[in-house]
Amino acid sequence: MDQLLQALKDSITVGSLYALIALGYTMVYGILKFINFAHSDIVVIGALFSAVAAGAIVRLLNLPAGEAPPWWVGLLVLVSAMALCAGVAFLVERLAYRPLRGAPRLNCLITAIGVSLFLQNTGNQQVLFGTDPHRIPDLIANADPLFMIGQVKFRPLDGVIVGTAVGLMFVLNWLVFHSSAGRAMRAVSHDHRVASLMGINVNRIISMTFVIGAALAAAGGFLYALRYTTLTQPADTPWALLGLKAFVAAVVGGIGNIRGAVLGALIIASVENFGAAYLDSGLTDVYVFAILILVLLVRPGGLLGSAAIEKV
Amino acid sequence: MVPLLVGLALAVIAQLFLAPQLNAYDAGLVLNVGINIILAVSLTIVNGFTGQFSIGHAGFLAVGGYVAGAITYYTSIAIWGNAETHGGLLSSQSLNADTPVWYLARGDVLFAVAVLSGGIVAAGVGYLVGLPSLRLRGDYLAIVTLGFGEIVRVLIQQTSPTAKPQILRLADHPLDGQLVYRWTERTPEGLKTIYTAVDDTSPLRLVTRLGGSLGFADTPDYTSFFWVTLAVVITLVVAFRVKYSTFGRAFLSIREDEIASEAMGVDTTKYKVRAFVLAAFFAGVAGGLYAHFKSMNPNEIGFARSFDFVIMVVLGGLGSISGATIAAIIVTLLPEWLRFLEDYRMIIWSLALILMMIFRPSGLLGVREVWDLWLKPAGKKPAGPGSGGAVGRSDPPAQSPAAASGGTP
Repeated sequence: MDQLLQALKDSITVGSLYALIALGYTMVYGILKFINFAHSDIVVIGALFSAVAAGAIVRLLNLPAGEAPPWWVGLLVLVSAMALCAGVAFLVERLAYRPLRGAPRLNCLITAIGVSLFLQNTGNQQVLFGTDPHRIPDLIANADPLFMIGQVKFRPLDGVIVGTAVGLMFVLNWLVFHSSAGRAMRAVSHDHRVASLMGINVNRIISMTFVIGAALAAAGGFLYALRYTTLTQPADTPWALLGLKAFVAAVVGGIGNIRGAVLGALIIASVENFGAAYLDSGLTDVYVFAILILVLLVRPGGLLGSAAIEKV
Repeated sequence: MVPLLVGLALAVIAQLFLAPQLNAYDAGLVLNVGINIILAVSLTIVNGFTGQFSIGHAGFLAVGGYVAGAITYYTSIAIWGNAETHGGLLSSQSLNADTPVWYLARGDVLFAVAVLSGGIVAAGVGYLVGLPSLRLRGDYLAIVTLGFGEIVRVLIQQTSPTAKPQILRLADHPLDGQLVYRWTERTPEGLKTIYTAVDDTSPLRLVTRLGGSLGFADTPDYTSFFWVTLAVVITLVVAFRVKYSTFGRAFLSIREDEIASEAMGVDTTKYKVRAFVLAAFFAGVAGGLYAHFKSMNPNEIGFARSFDFVIMVVLGGLGSISGATIAAIIVTLLPEWLRFLEDYRMIIWSLALILMMIFRPSGLLGVREVWDLWLKPAGKKPAGPGSGGAVGRSDPPAQSPAAASGGTP
């Protein structure tokens, strides 16, 4: 019972992390039909910047040992990480992706790989994050659990992760489905030629999509840093795998579909955590990719995605 | 037949006259270039000719490499009691005094069989990976190949890390004649060699010992200029023969317009699967060569490696065999040449990649081959590959990428 509850709790926390990252993949794909492989590097920038910035602020405050910093430190770090990543994504879109609008998609893919390599190796420079692992200081008093069910502890950190993620998703939901910018975004995603005829500035909407996706990714990176504390260098494989899993989540839910990304993230996190708890914990990545292939074979458009009708 | 004989002669010449001229570092680079040419050209069959979108090519490399490596390693132990090279003159990486006079020895036969088996197993896996293309197209197929590559990597990582069992030949040791693990340990009296018996000697259990996340090292080094040149020539000949045959025209027609080619009577699914199988076979062979040259390591066969091959294919021009060959040479050598830049090496490389895609989106050669550059008058713009034809780069999305490559997935 404890094992079941623990796996369920972990699925929801990790799932909300994945969801934040998956949303960026799915929004960009929905509009440009293009897999943004550099998205995971935005997450890395968010996470590492959070660690560095939080470390600097905590040192500046000069707190007595063992005391958690005031609540606004976390918020400040989160907001500045989101702003930084949004800026980076804006520049990437403007300089690397926009010249390729309408180019064959293999070219877009290679450009994305190039951008990804660029961000990784720039981040690896000593003046930026360097190659040493970073550690984020404790921003939340996390020692005492909020409450316990059986032996499973529900810590404040779990609450913060899920709360932040859900809050941001509500903001996104409002932005996409209840604002005029969101309506423009959906129109571009549906058919950008007609959308531009209706007076929508397509390039601006695409920039906006990248910026929003990157801000969510930065939040994901911040929460990831809080949960896993020790962060390795930007070019390390676990980062790529994190991005890949979020991407798989987006595909499983139906890429291009915002609610599907959240559903897919929860499914992927459950597959991982329940697989680790009840089957072999070394093979979690195999389960994830096996689920991906299975879902695509049964429903080629993903769970919530619509099957495209081929027109001749 | 003639090109193959020429290739054989070239291979012998490369081994006997070129190899002794180079130092170990340069020789390693040349072998690496050769192996990458095989991989780039084989991926051209899927991504370039057929217009499918495979980004899991390193998975086939891994399958072929591990199968071939396991065959030579464990068969060598069964036959000779150790995993040394037992080849002749044509499979030696360095020619020294104790090199045998025979050109080909028993070890070479074992090696050739192992590499071919690696290719065949990889082709079988390629068949399985190609099957989903029944239902999936475009990006979704790409994602499945990516997932396949990652599954292969993780499964290999989970194999038993203890490798290198060998038959002990020490008359005064109690374990003489048995299969043992051997390692050295530092003791106060100095280094001491320790032997422990392998707990289970069932061949099936042994074969699952592929080094796990530590990598499968200590495979005998058979890969030489001779074998690599031969494999490169065979790959190139097959690729050209395919490209200019009816068989290959079917591939090209799928790339240009899948629906139209189906209307013309091409069984698109069958041809897509065939492309996958053919590409996987050569990737498996390349893997076999790689395994007997460097050690296989699961950290080096992830999707980053697959992307390297996609980069080679796109840089060369989709569908151009000579382009892929040239791109393979550049992509392998350029990071080495940029070594003087030290930390900034990869930044420059990634920028070069992005700029290349912006300013020359059709790759070095487009769909043409090298010799077409002379045959066609300059100034006449060649038609790009199906999806990369007319590219309106200045105006906002003129055509959705999905529509450009023939229907949304």
